[in-house]
Amino acid sequence: MKHILTAATAVIALTIGIGSANAADKLKACWMYVGPHNDGGYSEGHNTGRLMVEKELGDKVETSYVESIAEGPDAERALERLARSGCQIIFSTSFGFMDPTIKVAAKFPDVKFEHATGFKSAPNVGTYNARFYEGRYIAGQIAAKQSKSGVAGYIVSFPIPEVVMGINSFMLGAQSINPDFKIKVVWVNSWFDPAKEADAAKALFDQGADIITQHTDSPAPLQIAQERGLHGFGQAHDMYKFAPKAQYTAIVDTWGPYYVKRVNAVLDGTWKAEQIWDGLKDGIMEMADYTNLPDDVVASAKKTQAEIEAGTLHPFKGPIFKQDGTEAIGEGKVLDDGTLLSMNWYVKGIDDQLPK
Amino acid sequence: MTALMLEGILLTIITAATPLLFASIGELVTERSGVLNLGVEGMMAMGAVIGFAVAHTTGNVALGVVGAILAGMAMAALFGVVTLIFVANQVASGLALTLFGLGLSGLIGDAFVGVPGAGLARVSIPVLSDLPVIGLLFRLDPLTYLAIAITIGVSWFLFRMRGGLILRAVGDSHTSAHALGYSVIRVRFMAVLFGGACSGLAGAYLSLVYTPQWTQAMTAGRGWIALALVVFGTWLPRRVLVGALLFGGVSILQLHAQALGVGVPSQFLSALPYLTTIVVLVIISRNRALVRANTPAALGQSFVPDR
Repeated sequence: MKHILTAATAVIALTIGIGSANAADKLKACWMYVGPHNDGGYSEGHNTGRLMVEKELGDKVETSYVESIAEGPDAERALERLARSGCQIIFSTSFGFMDPTIKVAAKFPDVKFEHATGFKSAPNVGTYNARFYEGRYIAGQIAAKQSKSGVAGYIVSFPIPEVVMGINSFMLGAQSINPDFKIKVVWVNSWFDPAKEADAAKALFDQGADIITQHTDSPAPLQIAQERGLHGFGQAHDMYKFAPKAQYTAIVDTWGPYYVKRVNAVLDGTWKAEQIWDGLKDGIMEMADYTNLPDDVVASAKKTQAEIEAGTLHPFKGPIFKQDGTEAIGEGKVLDDGTLLSMNWYVKGIDDQLPK
Repeated sequence: MTALMLEGILLTIITAATPLLFASIGELVTERSGVLNLGVEGMMAMGAVIGFAVAHTTGNVALGVVGAILAGMAMAALFGVVTLIFVANQVASGLALTLFGLGLSGLIGDAFVGVPGAGLARVSIPVLSDLPVIGLLFRLDPLTYLAIAITIGVSWFLFRMRGGLILRAVGDSHTSAHALGYSVIRVRFMAVLFGGACSGLAGAYLSLVYTPQWTQAMTAGRGWIALALVVFGTWLPRRVLVGALLFGGVSILQLHAQALGVGVPSQFLSALPYLTTIVVLVIISRNRALVRANTPAALGQSFVPDR
């Protein structure tokens, strides 16, 4: 809404000739979000990154965004509209925007596209992602140390590799502390539905989980944890203020520096399509302050984090066994990125059946 | 399954059903007067944001609820003016109201994103609430009691009171009602306002009780489900109540089924609330004569008095 207003004002300003004279020299960078720009989670993380671009690059860029775009055909239309409106670089920020991005990019070879969390690219489509599984491994370790029941609840959206990878990493982290640790998985088939996420959290707690973690975008599950005097982890954004007594830590997306770098690359003409997959050490994500935890657990979490950043610890280092008991990777070897990005199997110890 | 767990599940089901009940009972009254307002989702969103904003600013949740009711009514009044006085198409106006409400709520709510809310405490009725299992029915939040009271009240009003008879007459044949000397526009306007108030309450329930927070689009399609419940519930309050509980119930139970790991594909389980609700309500509505008798014959038709 606000957006249409801004756009309308801009159009009016231009037509009556008071628009800034150098509007045309500015680089137009655009974003497309799957949820509201201020969802307090994933999409807000991207929007914070966009604001950083505005702040850092000032007069050189003009940014805009479209929000709450459904994954699928709608995404294609929205992308096309962005491309036609003069955006020179478009960040499409959700996994489900992948095919639409590739399709639209083929029609607009002069526009640069960057797609988050996907695996398809083209000469004018780069991909970027963060190794969120690193954070989930740390969360898994904390969960195993803190849980009294030995059961964590895991609220998830869709069975895509990114999500499955997260579940596995969390479980591997937990198993490194308590080999008998259990997780209960609930699929809510939505990235953002606070009430449904809350219901899922309640169901999981009712069934004996005492730690909650999620791969959905709202802070509702943490609020339920707080209500019940239990704990959990924030997703994509520091959700501390929603549940100051419940959040242990959160995996915080910090896309800002990356966006600044990429928009700068367009400005100085060095942009080319790349496949970026950065981790904790690159600053594309960070762990929120460790809270509500005893000192020794904080210390060991920080140690794990440091080891991951230094590269001495890899969450997917073998031996790793699949759910059915077959070996995924042997002792001492690490699963390669290709396997991780197409992960469609659970590690041993997870009781859930992966939806196909 | 322990008694405590059963109680927890039942409580969650009631919580899930309450916003649907609010919104659908309000829409039921609107539709009974012959007006189809597809703007439920938008009115809910406005109720949610204003309810949250007022509660947060004043620190008083009750005021927030009042604010949500007024916000829903303001949206409904807008719809009423457009469709009843300027005789615009109801379907188009209702859809526009939804889009407008979702957008405007996002704009208003911008300042309240990421602000934790206060929430509404449950009310325990002494003695009764200590009863095993059914005791939980006496330990609900005040808004749930209100939803049940409104449902009973609406049922009573529609079928036991003169005002309800007039309302139904207007919804069945506006020309006859007009010929009898009733002000069709006035009756419909009030019914639309009532629907707005209920949608506002549904929104307030989401942002103040269900998940005490405001986020844009937090209604997540519940307004549309409420609309469907009215039709499948054949415009009868008791069936709408059954429908809301059924939908809420199955959507919670499917989450439990998943957590237990029953081995049924989760996509199927997620679709189950919709399937079950439709199947059950279609079965209880198989009496054609009863459905015809309860369908407002003038639903969605604009009325222009000829003199």
